[in-house]
Amino acid sequence: MLENYLNIFIRAVFIENMALAFFLGMCTFLAVSKKVETAAGLGLAVIAVQTITVPVNSLIHRYLLREGGLAWAGLEGVDLTFLGLICYIGVIAAIVQILELFLDKHMPRLYAALGIFLPLITVNCMILGGSLFMVERNYDFGESLVFGFGSGSGWALAIVGLAGIREKLKYSRIPAGLRGLGITFIVAGLMSLAFMAFSGIKL
Amino acid sequence: MAKLKENLFRPLFDNNPIALQILGICSALAVTGRMETALVMSLAVICVVALSSAVISLIRRQIPDSIRIIVQMTIIASLVIIVDQTIQAFLPDLSRKLSVFVGLIITNCIVLGRAEAFAMKHEPGAAFLDGLGNGLGYSLVLLIVASLREIFGVGTWFGLTVLKTAQSGGWYVPNGLMLLPPSAFFIIGLLIWALRTWKPEQVEKG
Repeated sequence: MLENYLNIFIRAVFIENMALAFFLGMCTFLAVSKKVETAAGLGLAVIAVQTITVPVNSLIHRYLLREGGLAWAGLEGVDLTFLGLICYIGVIAAIVQILELFLDKHMPRLYAALGIFLPLITVNCMILGGSLFMVERNYDFGESLVFGFGSGSGWALAIVGLAGIREKLKYSRIPAGLRGLGITFIVAGLMSLAFMAFSGIKL
Repeated sequence: MAKLKENLFRPLFDNNPIALQILGICSALAVTGRMETALVMSLAVICVVALSSAVISLIRRQIPDSIRIIVQMTIIASLVIIVDQTIQAFLPDLSRKLSVFVGLIITNCIVLGRAEAFAMKHEPGAAFLDGLGNGLGYSLVLLIVASLREIFGVGTWFGLTVLKTAQSGGWYVPNGLMLLPPSAFFIIGLLIWALRTWKPEQVEKG
């Protein structure tokens, strides 16, 4: 039981890293990785949102959308899976909004530090991707909680790492055409290559 | 007329969504292991961007400003569901290979970006062409990357043999790295380098 959870966590953080193995959340990954500080703030926000949305979407999938999921309400054989995408994105938008209100009231300092990044998380494809992977792999509630936390952490780890490298890169002489976006892609490629060393680890 | 043409062709090289605007990169990297998946993904994105731009532009005067993102998302999500169901119905194998990435077109920033930046301010016809152009610019990068990865990774193109591999009696030893995630990063990085050497005005300052 515990072993299974630990396995899902390790897999989500290192082996199937959302950013470096599945290329999810790339737009923010490349755009907001100029400074370690902002990258870390965004990473924290992503972990929080991901840990909440994946289990909630898991409940919605299990008890409302999947074939026979509405059996508890006396509706046998109703299959609403085609509504999945629109429901998940709605849930994500709603949760980000609630989290924003909550942080504004109870943790104003963290709220100020996250600033614009919080609402932007809604369109981070890594969040929606987490929910879709959860459906595809059929995780139950506990597993999806662990998977949400793990995949969020993995993404945060990757963006903080990339930001660290980019801060150092400022002092290097890079060919004109590669400056900015080009070299960031190459660095991300090297990081992804490094993370591949984790493949095959199983607990 | 010239302006409409510009809407269509500018996103191909001068203002490419992937290479210059940093939009929609996630899926660009993930589905480019094979030509087939890249082509289907390109077609799906072209349909969604062009149609969503046109639809949003049609009702742009009716959308209240405060809830426009939600309205745009709903339109985009509905179009993506239609595309996803169509692929599932007619190409079930490819649908399995594309896994979650068709669904992720919803959060592809190209779609929302064009809706917000162009379709909300222009006529439906211009918005449709702008969407089409951006979809094509995206597809261009996708297909180039997929061609390189498939030819050098397994020696085929659309499943047809291009370089005969050593295993089947030819001379080419496939480069396995091309099929793994890092190569996609490298190829796009180098592609951007090539594009910016050709068009130096795109080089970033700093």
